[in-house]
Amino acid sequence: MAEQLAISVRGLRKAYGGTVAVDGVDLAVSRGEVFALLGPNGAGKTTTVEILEGYRRRDAGEVSVLGVDPDRADGRWRSRVGIVLQGTGEFDDLTVAEVVRHFAGFYPDPDDPDKVIERVGLAGKAKARTHTLSGGQKRRLDVALGIVGRPELLFLDEPTTGFDPEARREFWELIRDLAAAGTTIVLTTHYLDEAEALADRVAVITGGRLVEVAAPARLGNRAEALATVAWRTPEGAVERVESATPTALVAELAARFGGEVPGLTVTRPTLEDVYLKMIGHR
Amino acid sequence: MSTSTTAPETTGRPPTSAPSRRVGPVALGLRQGRLEVRQFLRSRESVVFTMLFPVVMILIFASIFKGEIGGGVRFTQYFVTGMIATGLMTVGFQSLAIQIPIERDRGVLKRLRGTPMPKWVYFAGKILMVAVIGVAETVLLLAVAALLFDLALPQTADAWLTLFWVSALGITACTLCGIAFSSLPRTGRGASATVTPVALVLQFISGVFFVFTSLPSWMQQVAAIFPLKWMCQGLRAVFLPESFGAQEPAGSFELGRVALVLGLWCVVGLVLCLTTFRWTSRRDG
Repeated sequence: MAEQLAISVRGLRKAYGGTVAVDGVDLAVSRGEVFALLGPNGAGKTTTVEILEGYRRRDAGEVSVLGVDPDRADGRWRSRVGIVLQGTGEFDDLTVAEVVRHFAGFYPDPDDPDKVIERVGLAGKAKARTHTLSGGQKRRLDVALGIVGRPELLFLDEPTTGFDPEARREFWELIRDLAAAGTTIVLTTHYLDEAEALADRVAVITGGRLVEVAAPARLGNRAEALATVAWRTPEGAVERVESATPTALVAELAARFGGEVPGLTVTRPTLEDVYLKMIGHR
Repeated sequence: MSTSTTAPETTGRPPTSAPSRRVGPVALGLRQGRLEVRQFLRSRESVVFTMLFPVVMILIFASIFKGEIGGGVRFTQYFVTGMIATGLMTVGFQSLAIQIPIERDRGVLKRLRGTPMPKWVYFAGKILMVAVIGVAETVLLLAVAALLFDLALPQTADAWLTLFWVSALGITACTLCGIAFSSLPRTGRGASATVTPVALVLQFISGVFFVFTSLPSWMQQVAAIFPLKWMCQGLRAVFLPESFGAQEPAGSFELGRVALVLGLWCVVGLVLCLTTFRWTSRRDG
């Protein structure tokens, strides 16, 4: 049954000098899941992910990624894991196609390089030297290099930094395609809408600790939270009432106003509201 | 039972029964070498300042010093030995000691570590690049010096063999030291400033620009610690008449000692490479 878990982490700790970066994190990511780590800068997201990727050694805790301890990563394990790091360098004087083709050669069962370039939206830039790419295009190349080996598990560390809105949408489509094909995806992000759009579950991390792990819609008991009903009184003031039964309240207001309720809104806390509340409490 | 199921079906990979297309180790190394050579040749700075540098230097020096160093031997004949050695040091030591910290700083090394590429492949690529560029540069240098400045090329098979082994051993020592030295600069930007003075000082004290025996003896003794002096000396055995051996500090070209010192530097360089090489920059933990 352990095989159903792509990642299992218990009691993970890591300190740099006297500063504790990760302070007792437990995680379980299922195979095929899209899992987002959400948190402010310096929360411990990248440290956690880089330990899972085998880049950093932990001080304490048990870590298993695809059934292997990343501290003992070998080539076989690496060929099953795709990594898109935060800001890594390219081979400046090579073309996009040359770099992707070269990396494909490191993997036992790679995807077709041209197809991968097409998928990340760089088909028009395949013959361009990588140093001529824009920031967003470089990021797409990063993603191409992360997926060209057809990984079972893909790590994405703040993948859409520097993307314009359209590029982000296209990127989200790509991630959904990969997830639909069964790839397990772990992504870190600052962007709440990204976590909400892509993730099956979101882990909020701050100060090196996990605050909560839940589906985006359920985070911070969002689904059960009271709705806020607001409307304008005949005097022009805005009235706000928190209610567990907003529908009944709206019906009552409709009766009171004899039809349309002026300035009516019914809202529940957004992901941003609950997220800010969570990290603000720390 | 659960340990035997790696469950490829649930991971989105269509089951591939065909034997994997994994590239064999030799091909993997050659591919990396080709990539490095291609990068080198596409970088104008590398081509001009690493590959063409010795040629430019011999054009300048041979044009300035038209005389003889004595015994009917032209200055060019002496100077070409220093230029071959300098060229090999530039491509083996300087270019790697500058290029690797930049690649480390920019995260190229970190990215490679995240792939299934075996670590040795990276070094194989660098070594092949150094070998290819080193040979091309030396051939170019000899051709220019022979055509324009009447350089007398080695006449015997023995001399050619000496040219080959001194160059091969020297460039190996330089390459290993270059990779080892690459762990020293704190940042990629600082690499050139750290490496260039070291190379320049070695050139001055090792008899590249001046006749070695005309240097103060303390300087000769310092130079004797490092490989460049021994590369120059070994090459002098190839390009100068045998009678000139008597003018060397020890009274002969000491080919045995040349081999020994260069061999020792290979060992030292290799040990340093294996113990100090870093794939990530310092601020990266």
